[in-house]
Amino acid sequence: MSVASELARARAIAWKDLTAERRTKANFNAVLFFAALVLLLFGFALGPDNDALRGAAAGVLWLTVLFGGVLSFNRSYEMELEGGALEALLLYPGDRRALFLGKLLANLAFLLLVELVLVPLAAVLYDLPLFRPGPGLFGVIILGTLGFVTLGTFYAAMASRARAREVLLPLLLFPMLVPLLLAAVEATKALLARDLMGDAGSWIRLLVVFDVIFLVASFFAFEYVIEE
Amino acid sequence: MQTSTGAADPAADLQGIARRFGRRWVLRGVSLRVEPGETVALMGRNGSGKTTLLRIVSTALSPTRGAGRVFGHDLRRAGARVRELVGVLGHAAGLYEDLTGVENLKFALRMCGRRPDRAAIEDALAEVGLADAGDERVRTYSAGMRRRLALARLVLRPPRLLLLDEPYAAFDVDGIRKVNDFVRQVTAAGGAAIISTHDLERALPVADRVVHILDGQLYEGAPADLDLRIERAGGDVAEEAVHSAAGGAR
Repeated sequence: MSVASELARARAIAWKDLTAERRTKANFNAVLFFAALVLLLFGFALGPDNDALRGAAAGVLWLTVLFGGVLSFNRSYEMELEGGALEALLLYPGDRRALFLGKLLANLAFLLLVELVLVPLAAVLYDLPLFRPGPGLFGVIILGTLGFVTLGTFYAAMASRARAREVLLPLLLFPMLVPLLLAAVEATKALLARDLMGDAGSWIRLLVVFDVIFLVASFFAFEYVIEE
Repeated sequence: MQTSTGAADPAADLQGIARRFGRRWVLRGVSLRVEPGETVALMGRNGSGKTTLLRIVSTALSPTRGAGRVFGHDLRRAGARVRELVGVLGHAAGLYEDLTGVENLKFALRMCGRRPDRAAIEDALAEVGLADAGDERVRTYSAGMRRRLALARLVLRPPRLLLLDEPYAAFDVDGIRKVNDFVRQVTAAGGAAIISTHDLERALPVADRVVHILDGQLYEGAPADLDLRIERAGGDVAEEAVHSAAGGAR
């Protein structure tokens, strides 16, 4: 099959996942409420001091995205396991890496939608100047989310056939995300503080390098992890 | 990688296929050759390895040892090509509950690199008796309707090698007839079929040959403990199966 038809297959998988999600909204509602609750609980834990809240906001926001994302990645493959759809999916002709791309697109769209609600909520709860950093902050959110979703989609496929996949996925995923978390938090923190020290650029470059490396590596290794 | 036109090659040619799960060998050197136009009924007790064998032929599972070809294409090295030729109706329907029947078929066509053709989808749904249920979500379907939809997915893209795993489960009499009609359609077009079943009576009208798996190995004929049941079936078809079973073990 040609590259164009493999991309069409990836789009078909993303369409299927997003259509099913749009119908039920079960995953979206669960992830969103869970993430909002985490934001709120971190706020209570940090206390009423506005400076403490603002200082911790970038870290709290990204950790909340990570916790919520793990739930959605697990769910993304559960849908395939119900009724034996994963095996049917693997038996379609063509490159199995289209499955990775399709899942990646669907998970990315899903998580960006969650963030669309979550980031303004964090701005309200943690008193953040959301519009001051300008498009740089949105760039960081997209780059951080892309790297996170890439690894999440890959490891969720690896854990999908394991019995304790809900526990296994964060155990596999979180250690790998340390550089991404660090870069995303530091870049967000710098941009929220108007990047007075000019730190944001180097952290953003790290995010780009992380995304490129893991996007390529996950894409080529996917076929081996999805096989039984 | 061997290239093949597939014209003169056997539909399936398995040589010494063995598969281990953990320490347990489920298959211990299975060899089977299925010619184009032929339908083979595969029998065996629960856990004998019938499903494992079909999954290996479909490339869903790799054999621990042995080699196999589908229309000349190696299962290990040309998996993508094999998947273009094989169609599977398995235990599970492999459908998406929150999509409608039509949407499931559209998705299947897109995954095969084809444009979703509404008319072809409606024809396929009509052929399996789901013409009126196509726009309903699969979640509302009965077990039999799900199996029919899975059959419609095959009807849309008839395979050259049809692998059926307990295809008669959950089907009513009309559904069973539709399955067998489809098997005949595939073999008449030069394809072949392997039917894994406990329900030999249902498969007999289309099966050219019966083989069974015992202790991980393949034998010609039906298992001896099924002879009585075959004789009870009555008619010419049943007699033919008894003679085939008398062929004994290889």
